[in-house]
Amino acid sequence: MTQMKPTRDGFGEALVELGRTNKDVVVLSADLTQSTRAAWFKEKYPERFFDFGVAEQDMFSTAAGFALCGKVAFACTFGIFASGRAWDQIRLSVCYMNLNVKIGGSHGGISVGPDGASHQALEEITLMRVLPNMTVIVPCDVVEAKLATIQAASYPGPVYLRLGREPFPIITDEKKPFRIGDAIVLREGKDLTIFACGIMVHEALKAHDELKKEGVTARIINLHTVKPIDKEEIIKAAKETGAIVTAEEHTVVGGMGSAVSEVISENCPVPIKMVGIKDRFGESGEAWQLMKYFGLNSDGIVKAALEVMKLK
Amino acid sequence: MKQLNIEELKEIAKEIRKDVLKMLAEAGSGHTSGSLSCVEIIVSLYYYKLQHDPKNPKWPDRDRFILSKGHTCPPLYAVLAHRGFFTHEELLRLRRLGSILQGHASLFTPGCEASTGSLGQGLSISNGIALSARLDEKDFRVYCLLGDGEIDEGQVWEAAMTASHYKIDNLCAMLDYNKQQIDGWVCDVKNLEPLKAKWESFGWHVIEADGHDFKQLMDAYDEAESIKGKPSIIIAHTIKGKGVSFIEKDAVSYHGTAPKKADLEKALKEIEERG
Repeated sequence: MTQMKPTRDGFGEALVELGRTNKDVVVLSADLTQSTRAAWFKEKYPERFFDFGVAEQDMFSTAAGFALCGKVAFACTFGIFASGRAWDQIRLSVCYMNLNVKIGGSHGGISVGPDGASHQALEEITLMRVLPNMTVIVPCDVVEAKLATIQAASYPGPVYLRLGREPFPIITDEKKPFRIGDAIVLREGKDLTIFACGIMVHEALKAHDELKKEGVTARIINLHTVKPIDKEEIIKAAKETGAIVTAEEHTVVGGMGSAVSEVISENCPVPIKMVGIKDRFGESGEAWQLMKYFGLNSDGIVKAALEVMKLK
Repeated sequence: MKQLNIEELKEIAKEIRKDVLKMLAEAGSGHTSGSLSCVEIIVSLYYYKLQHDPKNPKWPDRDRFILSKGHTCPPLYAVLAHRGFFTHEELLRLRRLGSILQGHASLFTPGCEASTGSLGQGLSISNGIALSARLDEKDFRVYCLLGDGEIDEGQVWEAAMTASHYKIDNLCAMLDYNKQQIDGWVCDVKNLEPLKAKWESFGWHVIEADGHDFKQLMDAYDEAESIKGKPSIIIAHTIKGKGVSFIEKDAVSYHGTAPKKADLEKALKEIEERG
């Protein structure tokens, strides 16, 4: 039985570790301290923890002030409030000054479930990757989330970490190499390549096995870093497999799929299909019910794979 | 830092005003009237209060000045040039492609501590700097200049609450209360009064001063530094466009407009004569 844990837990574990190893790390929260797992840091290092109440804009500009003094400021809230409500603060106070502010955006994606559209962040990858100097990471499981958070602390400039609320299956381990910016090939294949991030990496692996039954071999790539994007691995995949599917728990407008297609269309045009939310808001429902409803599962990926193969 | 007397400070303010007008006329665009209203606030800070070293702009123990009303960067740039952070010639490259003097305050300028321009963010940035000083057990102070139109922004009041909640007493905000914003008189656009009571109710120590009177400003800076356990704000009553009568009369039009080169001599002459 696959173990399950939310990616936000990996973030919280990493914050505690960073608190111990790096005295310059400070953690900021906007009244979502338990939910974002910032509470685990607060418990150990209360003097370096700051709560802003429900004031995200204030929090991000204050994080910039900390970073101007050499701190590594982790600012945590729900993804929707970080990327949406405080976008201008992240743009001007954080990105324009290229500061060491690391954003823990939890409760990303449709899998937030019953809270409905107001809380389902489906646009953060788009909103964050358009900002110069920003790095955008979408970890696929708790282990990767922890590694990404720890590396983010020493990675130069602003970093956005997209984290999930629901437990995701654990599919990586700490010994496997992880480097911000380097896509990871999880399965080899020659008929097409499936790029996935977040929970969709697990679904892509399932799709790989199902496609195999149909005689299709799919290369599976974990594209955890959406920006800076691993162009080399994408171009290689396009050249060698000739068709691409992207899978993300996010809108297809400007998201990871768009980022991949920007690379492909400029360098090695091949057919592409994007699995994601199709330019609409979410709605209430149970997490896995919604994932199925919006086609964000292995069935959706298999369907897209078979369609894109016909375009080759 | 050598302490200057009030007559000397007045002479410097004159020079800064003249530089501001020359810079803006040369650039052909920029924010004139709000730049002229905050000259004494910035001059008294840099020549009386702010611990800084132009030869070592990143000195870790320096006091910080955050220009939250980032559009009125010309007087800051002029003061930084006068203090020796960069050469005087740079001033005439304001807003030019490749210049270190961007159209709104930016970290690219030596001596400038933060990029601002989208209003309402500077007080939060100042809080972060002030809290860092506390964590690092450093005793530098943070000064933040706000515009009156700017404090329409909700984020300013979020930051005001943060500063009093965390008892940030190494912070002094200054409000350039020139009573006018782009759409007209502040009291007509969105009334801020009772302003002193507002800040007091947010937990701040409030000092009111004539924002063109050096004695009052210096006393206000000293008083702010003496207040412990809460942040301080100096509400500086100012005149938008101060120093040039045709700009004062038409301060709203000159909010985002530079003086014409043809009007420059007249303006410079008036500053010289009025003192």
